[in-house]
Amino acid sequence: MATLRLDIVTPDRVVLGADVDYVGAAGVDGQFGVLPDHSPLLSALKIGDLYYRQGGEVKWAFVSGGFAEVSENKVTVLAEAAELAADIDVDRAEQAKARAEKRLKAPEPDTDTARAELALTRAIARLRVAAHR
Amino acid sequence: MPSLKDVKLQISGVGKTKQITRAMGMVASAKLRGAQNRIERFRPYAEKFNEMLDSLSGRTEEAAHPLLQAHGQPKTAVILLLTSDRGLCGGFNINLISAALSLAKSREEAGLSVRFICVGKKGRDAIRKTPYEIMESYGDVMGSFDFTLAARLGGKVSQLYAGCDADEVYLVYSEFASMTRQVPSTMAILPVTAAASEKKQDGASAECLYEPEAGALMAEFLPRYVNVQIYRGLLDNAASEHAARMASMDNATRNCDELINTLTLLYNKTRQATITNELIDIVGGANAQQSQ
Repeated sequence: MATLRLDIVTPDRVVLGADVDYVGAAGVDGQFGVLPDHSPLLSALKIGDLYYRQGGEVKWAFVSGGFAEVSENKVTVLAEAAELAADIDVDRAEQAKARAEKRLKAPEPDTDTARAELALTRAIARLRVAAHR
Repeated sequence: MPSLKDVKLQISGVGKTKQITRAMGMVASAKLRGAQNRIERFRPYAEKFNEMLDSLSGRTEEAAHPLLQAHGQPKTAVILLLTSDRGLCGGFNINLISAALSLAKSREEAGLSVRFICVGKKGRDAIRKTPYEIMESYGDVMGSFDFTLAARLGGKVSQLYAGCDADEVYLVYSEFASMTRQVPSTMAILPVTAAASEKKQDGASAECLYEPEAGALMAEFLPRYVNVQIYRGLLDNAASEHAARMASMDNATRNCDELINTLTLLYNKTRQATITNELIDIVGGANAQQSQ
């Protein structure tokens, strides 16, 4: 069976380059899945999780927004930050979550609420992905 | 003729300077390697972004976005000047600053008012001495920056541009051409120009699915594209800074060697002369006693 080439790229490194059977990601308009021979697609991604099937095994990764491009059996994910489930620093994510929650619960005049909400979303997504390992 | 003690002191002083310059050179070359690695690792990301811009702007009519449109009557130009925080890197900062100033002058002649955003202390200090306004400056960031800095700068200029507070945005940075060549460069980052896309309007990209539709996707994409451009500038600038520092420190170390050689020669000559003088004194004294 044909496989897909999945590349996850961030500004600092190539997080993943692997041949996989299926990719599922959270687009801004909803979840979508990519199987081999998918038609060309360019989608913006939400902060959230991405999973892929590799030889019957499902693996997870965290993606902080960005874009996914599908063409000719290649899936390229461009994100400002991305981590595989195994690489996620759970303690740090917990701390970030607590910090963001505190900020949102007791906002000070100079608190950037939008930023805190984003941080919270990221932390929750990281923890959710980390739970899959 | 200088005294022996003076020359000796001078030699040891130059020796200590040499130790410092050599250490700085070594640190710079290690940092340069790191900076080059970062450029390498960033390349795939940047290339993908360019490809995406091409395929997206192939459908410009439905993807018109404020960041793509040039403003009708430009009034304000913003120059994003990247320099280093520390000196001792040869002409690196001076070249960048003069490139920025000549750009500022040409924009002024075109009837625009020029404002600066400075990254790096050296640029900020230099622009402060000119009549141009500094909107924002970032110091002590070149040592350790990541994508968030580019995102912050990009967000700032995109916001200025969208709000018509800036009609042209330029990035002045040092392009890392090779270990021995760093070119001060100017890049127009806003409005975003997708000149390369004209020739790429073939069928392949037209059949692509967009999610959300192309216009909304463009709105997500363009600000990030600006960030990518700025990050590339930052990375190149960092690599150039280290390369320039390495070269100038190598030069300094070589000069120290030369100076030590000259001084050692002087020391030996002086020592010889002193001995000769003493001998003459002794022989002269002995002769005088004998002849009495």
